[in-house]
Amino acid sequence: MSTVQDQHVDPFGAAGEPVEGRVYTASGQDWTDIADRQAERGDERIVVNMGPQHPSTHGVLRLVLEMEGESVLEARCGIGYLHTGIEKNMEVRNWTQGVTFCTRMDYLASLFQEVAYCLSVERLLGIEDQVPEKATVMRVLLMELNRISSHLVCIATGGMEIGALTVMTIGFRDREMILDAFELITGLRMNHAFIRPGGVANDLPDNAIAKLRDTVAWLKKHLPEYAAFCNENPIFKGRLEGVGHLDLTGCMALGITGPVLRSTGFDWDLRKKQPYCGYETYDFEVATWDTADAYGRFRVRQEEMWQSLRIVEQCIDRLEGMVGEPVMVADTKIAWPAQMSIGPDGMGNSHEHIKHIMGESMEALIHHFKLVTEGFRVPPGQAYVPVEHPRGELGAHLVSDGGTRPYRAHFRDPSFSNLQAMPIMCEGAMISDVVVAVASLDPVMGGVDR
Amino acid sequence: MTPAGTGPEKDVRRAEEHAPVEGVEREDTTASDTDLEPAGGSADVTAAEAGFGEGGRRRVLEVRRGMFGAASGADTSGYGRLQRAVEMPQPTSRPYGGWFDTVADEMAAVVPSGSVTGVVVHRGEVTFEVAREHLLAVARVLRDTPTLRFEHCASVSGVHFPTLEGAELHVVYHLQSMTHNRRIRLEVSCPESDPHVPSVVAVYPAADWHERETWDMFGVVFDGHPALTRVLMPDDWPGHPQRKDYPLGGIDIEYKGAVVAPPETRRSYS
Repeated sequence: MSTVQDQHVDPFGAAGEPVEGRVYTASGQDWTDIADRQAERGDERIVVNMGPQHPSTHGVLRLVLEMEGESVLEARCGIGYLHTGIEKNMEVRNWTQGVTFCTRMDYLASLFQEVAYCLSVERLLGIEDQVPEKATVMRVLLMELNRISSHLVCIATGGMEIGALTVMTIGFRDREMILDAFELITGLRMNHAFIRPGGVANDLPDNAIAKLRDTVAWLKKHLPEYAAFCNENPIFKGRLEGVGHLDLTGCMALGITGPVLRSTGFDWDLRKKQPYCGYETYDFEVATWDTADAYGRFRVRQEEMWQSLRIVEQCIDRLEGMVGEPVMVADTKIAWPAQMSIGPDGMGNSHEHIKHIMGESMEALIHHFKLVTEGFRVPPGQAYVPVEHPRGELGAHLVSDGGTRPYRAHFRDPSFSNLQAMPIMCEGAMISDVVVAVASLDPVMGGVDR
Repeated sequence: MTPAGTGPEKDVRRAEEHAPVEGVEREDTTASDTDLEPAGGSADVTAAEAGFGEGGRRRVLEVRRGMFGAASGADTSGYGRLQRAVEMPQPTSRPYGGWFDTVADEMAAVVPSGSVTGVVVHRGEVTFEVAREHLLAVARVLRDTPTLRFEHCASVSGVHFPTLEGAELHVVYHLQSMTHNRRIRLEVSCPESDPHVPSVVAVYPAADWHERETWDMFGVVFDGHPALTRVLMPDDWPGHPQRKDYPLGGIDIEYKGAVVAPPETRRSYS
């Protein structure tokens, strides 16, 4: 049914705003009606609202595209559809509970938020060098596995959006193997809340090393498939090469980091430049490309998965020699009592811990009670800890007023910053290139909107 | 212990409601030799007239009394007379250590006089407190001076300190120099009654959405921003949700007759 409105009223304009030309509302009606009316007008300028519910906008991203035929004249982002007030919510929970919130920001790379947040809390507590070595190695292991799974989703969905459905199916298949490893180690496939201020929640289960070796073997066997399917595929290259171009100058001005920056040939990677979590002790290279386009970003991500796999192997080797070492700071006023054991129902409390607090030590019970009800106090001050997230620099800016809760928690999410480059990448291009350009930025709206 | 009914509940723990009680033992020894009244922020006018990094004021957020978050009723815990000053890290004097001094020297040579009102070195990070009227000029020389070259504005975020009279709203900029591999933090404050801060978008286009978010969440008006509109909340949303006085909007959860209060109204142990 045609729903052409009163031609002199713009339903989306402010009250009293003058209307330029005719306004059509093209939703739920026969497209030929619209096309006929548009033909009378003589030009082809239309405004397309792409999203927020659109399969190729990576979640609830809304693109407002002013089109002349199929060319994009102006492009703007509309974000905020997934805003859930995580930062505000964190202010009314204690420091340990904050992990449960920030892990839900960028849900494809949740362990990075956890690490950045915990490193920031540890800096405010002044316990950075007391975090046990094993906990740090486990953090690196989980982060690098998470980087592979995040890049797999990026490549998978990016492929799907341009019609390469096999890339999508193999991408999610391989990611599933990593999520299985996560499930074994953290108990959950996503939203782990596993990394805690002071260390990690639990030690590795007994069969973790074997499982991780299997996962690495699987990935080594299957990662070459992406190169075989895509690298020299003429359709794939035709869709990606020269699309979404953003050179180093543009990246610096817009604060772009991550694979997009590295696709310009600049080897900026915080793991090398400003090492944290002991990254300076691992052997790996920073992947770069020199074309500054969507194809370059694809190749950078592909190479980064291989480099992450190298780090994962080094972590597994180290963890093999660390059996029985602590994974949480020794200070019982900070170490959250999270020890678990696998019971018949899957998970349960650790009998040793229950025995200790209920039968052996009154002080241990007091610590347990105080920690769980109040939480620990963090000295006043502020800290900003950046980590290299799959999409760029993720920074956790925390302010403490000396209390048991964050006074303010702010996350500098890389997707949020990088998405600002969408207009400059898309304007002047075809609408089909918009899909590729946005996919090459790899925004995750959970992180953008927080 | 504060007698019940001395003021609105949300103000009970605010410092200005309580003058320090004479003869009370203070737990925080570092603050015991000076008064515990909350001091204004770094945007203090007289402080701004001093030289580089001089005149930074102490920032006492509030004075906490008692323990366990108990703010009304009889003092059954016995901790009621305890008071602790909540103080943000104090301005640091030279030497700041490492390259912090190098950056401070370089900055002192190029920034307008009186623009940096305090330097805080805390937990291995350096914060330059900048008077808001000089922010744009400071940002420009930080980016353009070859020896400084902070070309990357990573993040802009707001912080709301309702008890810092005259400097309730703070805007924090995290700058990074990829050339020299350094990070610094700029902090600007403005009063809630005049929430204006110059926009740095002309210097750092990357700050565009970050400033919009800070406007959206804290109501700081960035003068000179090309399109300062809400970015996360709906366009017609009233208020600025991350201010401390903005309620979370939770509702009671009832389970088998018992009621769990929404998180922001539960007891705080701070």
